[in-house]
Amino acid sequence: MSVPAAVTTAREAGLVGCTTCAGAWPPSLAHCPRCAARLVSRPPSGLQPVWAWWIAGVILYVPANAWPMLITRQIGHNEQSTILGGALELAAMGSYGVAAIVIVASVVIPIAKFAAIAALAIAVHRGTPGRVGQRTTRRLVHLYEVVEFIGRWSMIDIFVVAILSALVQMGLVASISPGPAAGCFALSVAFTMLSARAFDPRLLWDAFGSAQSAEMRDEDAR
Amino acid sequence: MMETRPGTAAGAATLMACPTCDALLTERQPAPGERTRCPRCHTLLRTGRGRMAEALVALALAVPPLMAVGLAASFVSLVGGGQQASASVLGAAAALASGNVWLLGLGCAALIAALPVARSGAIVYALAPALVGRAPLRGARSALRFAVRARPWSMAEVFVIGVAVAMVKLTGMAAVTVGPAFWAFALLGLVALAEDRVICPRSLWELLA
Repeated sequence: MSVPAAVTTAREAGLVGCTTCAGAWPPSLAHCPRCAARLVSRPPSGLQPVWAWWIAGVILYVPANAWPMLITRQIGHNEQSTILGGALELAAMGSYGVAAIVIVASVVIPIAKFAAIAALAIAVHRGTPGRVGQRTTRRLVHLYEVVEFIGRWSMIDIFVVAILSALVQMGLVASISPGPAAGCFALSVAFTMLSARAFDPRLLWDAFGSAQSAEMRDEDAR
Repeated sequence: MMETRPGTAAGAATLMACPTCDALLTERQPAPGERTRCPRCHTLLRTGRGRMAEALVALALAVPPLMAVGLAASFVSLVGGGQQASASVLGAAAALASGNVWLLGLGCAALIAALPVARSGAIVYALAPALVGRAPLRGARSALRFAVRARPWSMAEVFVIGVAVAMVKLTGMAAVTVGPAFWAFALLGLVALAEDRVICPRSLWELLA
């Protein structure tokens, strides 16, 4: 381990850290005196909101892929394409780069996000970080930051659908409208973003609590 | 312990807690260009910026005019099947909003237009008074917290990539040319990325003290 583990946390010192401005305040305050954000030492219902948003996101992701995302009516015939189907069409047109963007944004990122959030939450449940050491925990936290950063890029396909249907409704050669998968996908992305935000990385680091912090936890519990 | 009243920054300069791992640290104002990291979890805590408020307000002021062009000017022109159509984002949103997918239109409008403008307004409201040497206005801290929290939902730059993909999809159907509004949105995306580079969410609050 590269860094001495003997770090006092704000909670061990009897203080509450503000996640917005990083101030440390006495627990008697309900709001941060500096930035007025609500002060909570740890989320009161733990990982429950994380799992709730996560489950909602995963459930919606199924119809988002199975149902048609885009319905194209072109002189006489009707064509429906799913997220993956639309990307494969792009590849068939020779636009491999664009097809790759769509697949990364709509398939790779959401699935990686589901997996990453689940991995983080399970690590907290099992107290894994305490066993694997601080370096691995740092990697886990880094994973969390990446997940929080890239999640929004999944919305690309929703904007593609919105633009296409808005433009190609205007009495041109064809008409395009969004399929039922569009709403499911947009909500799935939004719920996953909320799930990531509900995760408090401080819970990961709590696994490194010293004997002193175990006492504090006992005190908290009573 | 520290005697603090809401609204005062007394005691704030002494201690800070890492928002990622809760390590208790002594707070230090980094020099311009310097970055402080948490010794325990290596999370970036603060970046020392000489003129963060000026830069943030300047970037925020660029958003409304760019957005006006982006919404109202011609976005794309399509030529296909002997017909020609030119659309603005407002027109496109109206077309979506009047159909059976109005919710999709409304949601997209909020993410790409309403939120970026609201955020820029909040940043100017919160930080501009400090630049001219006045006390912060009422609700400045709430405005700033809104601007920080709404950042992930403000998706102008994601929209630009979406447009590029849509253009490629349309090339099979019609000849597509982009208009000035597309470039306005591309600039909005760059402004958003520049803001991300300038902002230090931890140091913001000292500007209001």
